This record gives sequence, C-alpha cells and structure tokens, in this order.
Amino acid sequence: MKRPLLFTTGTMALAGLAFVLVNSLPGCRPSTTQTVVTGDAASRVYVKPGTHDEFYNMVSGGFSGQLAVYGLPSGRLLREVPVFSVDPETGYGYSEETKGMLMTSHGFIPWDDSHHPELSQTNGIPDGKWCFINGNNTPRIALIDMGTFRTHSIIEIPNSAGNHSSPFTTGNSEYVVAGTRFSVPMGDDAQRDVPISSYKETFKGTVSFIHPEPETGKMSIAFQIVTPAVDFDLSHAGKGPSEGWFFFSCYNTEQAYSLLEVNASQRDKDFIMAVNWKMAEQLAKEGKGKRVPGRHYSNWWNDKTHSSETTVVEDVLQLDPKEHPGLLYFMPCPKSPHGCDVDPTGKYIVGSGKLAALIPVFSFEKMQKAIAANELEGDFAGIPVLKYESVLHGEVKKPGLGPLHTEFDANGNAYTSFFVSSEIVKWNVEKLEVLDRVPTYYSIGHLCVPGGDSKQPWGKYVIAYNKITKDRYLPTGPELTQSAQLYSIDGDKMELLLDFPTTGEPHYAQAIPADLVKPREVKFFKIEENQHPYVAKGEKEARVERKGNEVHVWMTSIRSHFAPDNIEGVKLGDEVYFHVTNLEQDWDVPHGFAIKGAANAELLIMPGETQTLKWVPTRVGVWPMYCTDFCSALHQEMQGYVRVSPANSNVPLKGETVSVDAGV
Amino acid sequence: MRLHPLSRVLLALAALALALNLVMPIWRIDLMAPQYPEGLFLQIFHDRFTGDIDKINGLNHYIGMAHIKDEMFPEFGIMRYAFYLLIAWGLFTAAMGRRGVLLSWLFAIAAFIIWAVWDMYVWGYKYGHDLDPRAAIKVEGMAYQPPLIGHKQLLNFDAWSTPDVGGWALFSCSAVAAIIFAVEWRRAHRAARSV
Repeated sequence: MKRPLLFTTGTMALAGLAFVLVNSLPGCRPSTTQTVVTGDAASRVYVKPGTHDEFYNMVSGGFSGQLAVYGLPSGRLLREVPVFSVDPETGYGYSEETKGMLMTSHGFIPWDDSHHPELSQTNGIPDGKWCFINGNNTPRIALIDMGTFRTHSIIEIPNSAGNHSSPFTTGNSEYVVAGTRFSVPMGDDAQRDVPISSYKETFKGTVSFIHPEPETGKMSIAFQIVTPAVDFDLSHAGKGPSEGWFFFSCYNTEQAYSLLEVNASQRDKDFIMAVNWKMAEQLAKEGKGKRVPGRHYSNWWNDKTHSSETTVVEDVLQLDPKEHPGLLYFMPCPKSPHGCDVDPTGKYIVGSGKLAALIPVFSFEKMQKAIAANELEGDFAGIPVLKYESVLHGEVKKPGLGPLHTEFDANGNAYTSFFVSSEIVKWNVEKLEVLDRVPTYYSIGHLCVPGGDSKQPWGKYVIAYNKITKDRYLPTGPELTQSAQLYSIDGDKMELLLDFPTTGEPHYAQAIPADLVKPREVKFFKIEENQHPYVAKGEKEARVERKGNEVHVWMTSIRSHFAPDNIEGVKLGDEVYFHVTNLEQDWDVPHGFAIKGAANAELLIMPGETQTLKWVPTRVGVWPMYCTDFCSALHQEMQGYVRVSPANSNVPLKGETVSVDAGV
Repeated sequence: MRLHPLSRVLLALAALALALNLVMPIWRIDLMAPQYPEGLFLQIFHDRFTGDIDKINGLNHYIGMAHIKDEMFPEFGIMRYAFYLLIAWGLFTAAMGRRGVLLSWLFAIAAFIIWAVWDMYVWGYKYGHDLDPRAAIKVEGMAYQPPLIGHKQLLNFDAWSTPDVGGWALFSCSAVAAIIFAVEWRRAHRAARSV
C-alpha cells in the first residue's frame, strides 16, 4: 500500500512542477491588459479625419510647467500652452514682450511645476472662458484665455510655499484659491530667519483668495487667511447649499518638519478645513484684515500692445481666524487626506485619506448642525475641531487601497482613483455603495470626468492620468512617455476604450464640450488695433533707428519677405532689437523669425502681432535671418542679411528691401 | 391700346426690384482650394468690392496678377446712374402703359446687360492675362481669366462666378418685362383680330 501512495505523491509533485513550468512561459501568464478592451472600443474613440473631437481636455503638464490640450475621445494632442516654463518654439519667455510674464519677486523664473487646471465657472458650470492652473514651486496662479489658448495673466502668491492646493474656483469665478503646501515663517526678515525646529511656534499656513477681474482677467489677491502650520493638499468650493464655503484637505497635523514620510503619518486623522469665504469676503470689505508684508508680482498680457504688463505689490491683506470665530473649522478626516471633492449637489464633501482603507463622506448639512450645536472634539492650534461622527454622512467601506481623487457624474455616482490598488472605483454618493471597479495601467493619480467637479457634470467618460507607464508603449530608454486612459461611463460598467500618451506629468485635468469653446477662438489679431510701441503697420513704416548702442528694427513680414531684409551699419557692441510685425490678416499664417547666433530663441508671430527678438552680435560679418514657419510656396525665399561691422566702423545705418529692378 | 393694369403693376414692381442693385451685391466669385476649406469670395456691388480681397491679392501676387482695387473700375463711379435710369424708365413704362415704351425699356435693359457682360469680360481678360513678368510662379501657357459665369479651374483653385441678389433681380426683372411684352403683344393682336 505504501508504494502506490509514494507513487501518487511523486506524480503529483511532478505535475506540480510541470504546472509551475508552464505558467512561467510567457504565453501562459494570467491575461490582463488586452482582454479588458471590448470589441467596439476603436469605433467609439475614432474621430474621422477632418472632423472634430467632442471635448477639449485641459491636462496639466506637471514638471513641464505647461498646459496640454487634447481632444476627446481621440486622445489627440492639439496644443501645448506655454504657462510657467519658457518655450523656445513660440518664443514665450524669450521675446522681450513675454519675459515679463515669468517675472517674480525672485526675478525671472523660467520653470515651474503645474498641477491643476481649473476651468472658470458661471453658476457652478464651466463656461469655457478661462482655464486656471497653479505653479507649485514658486507659488503662482496662471489664467489662460480660452480664446487664444495663451497665458493671459500670472500672479505670484506671497507667504506661500508649494502652491499645491490651488487654483480651484468658486461658482462664478469670483475667486480662485491658493493653499500653501509648506507652512513657513512669515513677516519681515528677522521674523523669517528662524530655526526650522521652531516649526510649531513660528511657522504658519495660508490660504489665499485671488480675484480675477471679469473683464480683463487681471488677478489680484483679495485676502489671505492665516492658518495653523500644516500642509494643505487640495481643495474645492462648496456649491448649492454649501455655496459660500471652501474646503481644503490638510495633512501633517503632526506638524513634522523632517522625515514627513514617517513623522507626518502618525495620527489616525488629519483634517478637512472648512472656510466660510463669504464671511471672509465681508470681513475684508469691512477692513477687518491687516496688511502684512508680502511682496508679489502680478503679470498681465495686453492683447493690444502684444506685451506683458507687471504690477508689483508689496503687501497682502491677511485675516486671522482667531480674531473671527466662525471663519474656520476643522473636520477630522482619516488619514493624510489628499483629494477634497464636493459632489454636484453641494451636499457632500468627499475626503480621500491616501493612507486610509475607507472613504469618508461629510455632510454639509450635518456640519452646519454641528457648528450650531457646538459639537466639538476640541481645538487645533486655536481653531475649533468638529466631531467626526457629527459631520459624517458615512464611509465607503473597503473601496480599495490609496484613494486619491474623486469626480462625479450627473447620476449621483462618484469615481475615485486608487493609486495603490491601481483602479477606478465607481460608487453611489447617497448610498455609499461600491458599484463597479476597473483596473488602470498603472497607478492612477488624478482622474477627470467632463464637468466632474462642477454642478453639472457632462459625464460620458472618465479619464485616468497614470503615474507609471511601464510596458504600455514602445519603450524609449529609461524615460517613458506619461500616459492617460479613457473609459466609457455611459453604461453600468466602466469600459476601457483608449490609452493615449501625454506630455510632462499629468496631474489634474478638466474637460469641456468643444461647442462651449470653439465660438471664442481668435483667428488673428487685427493689425489696426495693434498698439505695440514698435509696430510697423505696413512696409512703408519699416525702418531702422539707432538709440545709442541699441539698434531698433521696425520689421514687417508678409508672404514671403521681410522688410527690411538688408540691414547694414550694425556694429559690434550693439544690441539689435528686431520688432517683427506679421502683416498677414488671415487665419493660420504665422511667420517665424530666427537669426544666426541668437542666444535666446526664435519668434513665432501670429497675424497682426508684433514681437521682439534681442540679438547681440558677437562677430563681424554678414549674418543670415529667415522665416522659420513654412508660410507659402516661397517660404524658403523669405530671408535676409544683417551686416555687422567693427565697433569703430562708420558704415551708415540703413535697412532696405531691394527689388531687382529698383530704380527702373 | 393700353397695357393691362396687372401688367403695369408688375412692371412697376420689376422696376423697383432693380433698386436692389443699389444696396445688395450684384455678382459674386467664389474660390475653393484644398488649403482654403472655408473658401474665399469676392462680391461686386455697383460701387465697390467686398470679401476676401486682401487674401486674394496676397495669393495672386505669386502669379503676377494685378492687385484688385476699387480705383481700377471707373464703372463704380457711374453704375448707379445706369440703375437710376433703368428704374426711372421702368416706372415711366408702368405709368404710361404703352407697349412701345415697354419695348424701349426692354432694349435698354438688354443693352445694359450686354455692356456689363462685355465690360466684365474685358476686365477679366486683362486681369487674367496681363501678368507681371517678374512673377514668382509662371506656368507656361496659363492665363487666369476668371469665368464669366459658371465654373473654371485656375491652378489649385476652383472658381465659380454667379449672379448675386442684384444680378438675379436684374435677370428676373428683364424676364418679367419680356414675358409681359409677349403677353401684351398677343392680347393686342387678339383684340385687333376680334375687331
């Protein structure tokens, strides 16, 4: 009897070994990625040649500092809008006119880290007028005009460090906010020069409310609320019943200043901070705030002079919540909350504790009751902390691992991204029931439903912006493309339709129906409205003038020549300013301008616009310049020369365009 | 025998319809090319051009065509008087109610149309043939005379020449006048026979 048993055991062992071997063969791996795509996915994202996408998708560029624009559902990249980083392709940050857009109290800053695009709203619904985006590193907020897809204004945020909790908007874009990620010491030099270990005593946080002027898009800081020292992460405005309030997630209530990975992950609960911004607005109006040091730059692009205008402001209006009870409340939220999202009804606030295994949903109504009944757990650095149970609508149990962000559809459902378990989970906000889950490839960060943070989500898709790409695309060395994935949410089940690569690192994104944006598009700038100080509104105005060692060239470009295209009399030691006006008055006829040895970049000049390139010649000779944008059949003929003579030469200054039969 | 009252009313209306030529475009030229999906157009009024003139001039300079300018056309200074005359003549016809006057009006309109078509042909011929010898693009044997009416291919452009509101008014008016003349002629002959 023993033999057969031994035999059986041996056979089973061999079979087991065979099983292991077979499974280690590539073809026998568990199926994953391909099988999740359904049969007709291709037709659902196919946008026929010559037809347009249904949505614009405004996607943050992350460490590229820019804003990328994609069409949905095709995932086609339409444009990369230069915002916080210089862009040699368009001359942004290189032309004399655009340099001012990147000026800050720290001087000219050519880069930033842009995280969260937010479309301007009217009555709580994205209106397609502007898109805001935050600069994280040197705290700034930019406003992009959706008519030109250009950065229209940038404001620096003082008393802030790491502008992450930004630039979320109130329902009529009265304000966009900026909550500081790092708390810092503020005040004059002596007040700021403190030991880092004095964090608890000397460091403060701030949340700033920035007002964009509806007509011009110029931005200014309306008021800044000082808070206890924590790290603010994300935020969203209330709407409907919660209109007038703003909610900010914060972590590091441990008030750690070193090794936050461990030290800031100790407490079971951190906070969602509720701000009564209507009250703050009233206090500011009544002069209850205090002007404190806070030097900052506000840069604005003038579409008529085609130049930036900078205003430097020395101080900022601060409100101290300790002096104004009712302005701030903390709601306990498990564990290091990241996303802070308000559902379309405005009744619920979803906190996503990134280290928590549940999603808490807060009720605005309960919050109001708890405030009225004074149901407090205590206070945190002088700010009242409401009781968790008193403000909680409920918890979504076991939704996944590492919840980050939540967007909504119009049917009462929420879509939460899970970084650790790499999935999107759909759940019902009222019932707190998990309805569906789909994997993402890999490790999703933000997600976006068109209109998904507004009062009126358009729904249809959810887009995952992933943090890890791995094997999804053809490999390109150690650095891989970033990626997004498009899922249909029309049915009960989410369906993966498309992968598409993205530039920079995509953080948040928003999508808006193309029909709300397309009618705003500017096709060209009217030459008769051009008020650039160096405009040449026709070839007759083209000329060259010397002012000391500056040589100014009033240059025109039209298909297919520059005027003047022969310049002489420039000397070593001169600074030459080419003020190039594109005389074209038709859509899609930019001209470029480049000159040999230019130490900055090219110019790309739109029809009717004037832009200036500074060129400092370093050698004697005749130097070529040409149009860089293929403008016509004679584009390759669009060129000219600049003669540079020694410093002591007496070649007369002249600029001309010489016809072959000149003088005939 | 006087014209039928209905004919006289219709003639008066036809004459007034000619006034459309004083406020609306008379003719239009449409240009289509692959890189101009939205198309380019030119509208001819009694006293001016409108439309994508700058764009068309910009393109035409490659092949050496003259820049279109209002000053090129002395006709723009006088065409309104031709219309005043035709309108007055038509109203006079309606008032008089005489077939002979109607016939003279018909001849006047016909003469105007023949002159206008001839004038346009001559201009189009010159515009399309008198090319700047220094033009960047020269195509052997190619002329760019726009079509008088209908369609023509001009290099990468499809060109269409068609009447606009004023032109249609002019044609309709002459057709109405001609039909009334024919009807009145038959009526008069029947009346003569029955006597």
